Amino acid sequence: MIKDITIGQYFPLNSVIHKLDPRTKLLFTVVYIVMVFVSNNFISLFFCLFTGIAIISLSKIPVKTVLKGLKPILMIITITSVLQIAYVKTGITLVEFWKIHITSGGVLTAVFMALRISLLIVMSTMLTYTTSPTSLTNGLDRVFAPFKKIGLDFHTVTMIMTIALRFIPTLIEEVDKIMSAQKSRGANFEQGSLMKRAKALIPLFIPLLFNSIRRAYELANAMTCRCYNGGKGKTTMNALKFTKRDYFGVLSVAVVIGAVITLNIFCGEYNAEFTFNLAV
Amino acid sequence: MSHLETKNLTFTYGEGTPFKITALDNVNIDISKGEFVAIIGHTGSGKSTLVQHLNGLLKSSSGEVLLDGKNIHANKQTLFDARFRVGLCFQYPEYQLFEETVYKDIAFGPANMGLSKGEIDERVRNAAKYVGIPDEMLSKSPFDLSGGEKRRVAIAGVISMEPEILILDEPTSGLDPMGREQILELIKNYREQTGKTVIIVSHSMDDVARFATKVIVMNNSKVEMTGTVDEVFEKASRLREIGLSVPQITEIFIKLREKGYNVSEKIYTVEQGYLELKKLFEGSVTND
Ligand SMILES: Nc1ncnc2c1ncn2[C@@H]1O[C@H](COP(=O)(O)OP(=O)(O)OP(=O)(O)O)[C@@H](O)[C@H]1O
Ligand SMILES: [Mg+2]
Repeated sequence: MIKDITIGQYFPLNSVIHKLDPRTKLLFTVVYIVMVFVSNNFISLFFCLFTGIAIISLSKIPVKTVLKGLKPILMIITITSVLQIAYVKTGITLVEFWKIHITSGGVLTAVFMALRISLLIVMSTMLTYTTSPTSLTNGLDRVFAPFKKIGLDFHTVTMIMTIALRFIPTLIEEVDKIMSAQKSRGANFEQGSLMKRAKALIPLFIPLLFNSIRRAYELANAMTCRCYNGGKGKTTMNALKFTKRDYFGVLSVAVVIGAVITLNIFCGEYNAEFTFNLAV
Repeated sequence: MSHLETKNLTFTYGEGTPFKITALDNVNIDISKGEFVAIIGHTGSGKSTLVQHLNGLLKSSSGEVLLDGKNIHANKQTLFDARFRVGLCFQYPEYQLFEETVYKDIAFGPANMGLSKGEIDERVRNAAKYVGIPDEMLSKSPFDLSGGEKRRVAIAGVISMEPEILILDEPTSGLDPMGREQILELIKNYREQTGKTVIIVSHSMDDVARFATKVIVMNNSKVEMTGTVDEVFEKASRLREIGLSVPQITEIFIKLREKGYNVSEKIYTVEQGYLELKKLFEGSVTND
């Protein structure tokens, strides 16, 4: 269960997508998320889906691994879908008996929402899957650099983010270890009433919290010893550079924006009733 | 008769990811009642993975673990029993202390076994005595103790469950020489007083030589050799090849012998060395 958390994981491979400049990937991810939200009909959304599939196949990351990211939010997707089916009552009736009344509009909306949420999650995990934490912060640092002129220092924020990302796998490993150790002393995390199970987590969380604080102090000391003093005058060993690949990447970003807007305008009318329901 | 046994145990971490690692490869071990077993091997050779199979924390895809001839994964009950019959104390166990007081932390295991208050109290006090925790320390917070003291509390937390087999994963790592000596001494005393089976994972050949009745050498996820201390340290050159060593004192006697002195190479502890040297000097005196 704890091993299912994939957000923040890096999956080192040697693909075109991995080699892209982190800024390109950041831009693409942000644009992609906006476009998924903007898409107001199935054709636009399918376009987003195909773009996503293209990127996943280019990245060479196994589909199974990519889909694993959806496991923790399966519940949310299911609940959303059920709610949509229960509340949207447009289109033709598909099933009707007793109190249950399912319509085509309800089902379509449910599918639309499920697809939308899945794309959001999958494509945000793709960013960290294909970008190492250092590269990601470097990218963020550069993207936010101009804000320094107006007195906003994003370096601290990006540093906090990298450290947080960096320590997710460590924490997961630690949770695993402490759980095993307490299980060896007969702790039971899987059975019993809700109250009992919540109580069973105390032997897990207290050591975890304690160790995290200890680790934070150690890390702070280690950074101080290496003369870390915030972002002032910091240069990077691997300066980021845009290559041909990145110009192509930026171009495809433009294409995605153009395509989704066009599709929205021309196909949006096509199922206006359905679209209207989504907006509600 | 074998007490604890593994048959063709094979285990892979991260099956289906690019980080796939085979940590155990067809491992067969056989431990009898009352033995003092040392598992040695270089870093990453699979020692911790192996001991986590012995109380059923990890379940391998192929092979089995038998406790008194019965597969511990046969059903829920056998697994539950194995957890308590085989007590496992992890590497750096001090990081899993969580209770307000030392007493409560040691009582965690026995309480999970569903014992009565009276029994729990008795076990906690017994375990504390074995590891040398004075009564006044029992009411302290475990977070206020020194590293060595914490380690002892954590070991007491496992001993208090009175397991038939006690497994300790690198019980002395990260301690100063005095702390190490104390931990080893308490394990030795525990075994002598209870006669129970003890398995320790260790990096220190000197410690192994002093206590073990049986040595299991792991190398690259496989069992490289099994035998008595004599049988294993005899193969000094093979041990060096796989990144291990023989006790320092053995090293000295091997060199002495190479230099032409008439001494035995089978010297594994300082006491044995002392006697051997005494014999050598006395011998040379009579020769003159
Ligand atoms: N939770 C885990 N997930 C993935 N791989 C692991 C995990 N634990 C251990 N490994 C890997 O399995 C192999 C065996 O590890 P193990 O911890 O059993 O070695 P060890 O002999 O105990 O080493 P050490 O002496 O350093 O404690 C190593 O290559 C290690 O990287
Ligand atoms: Mg280990």
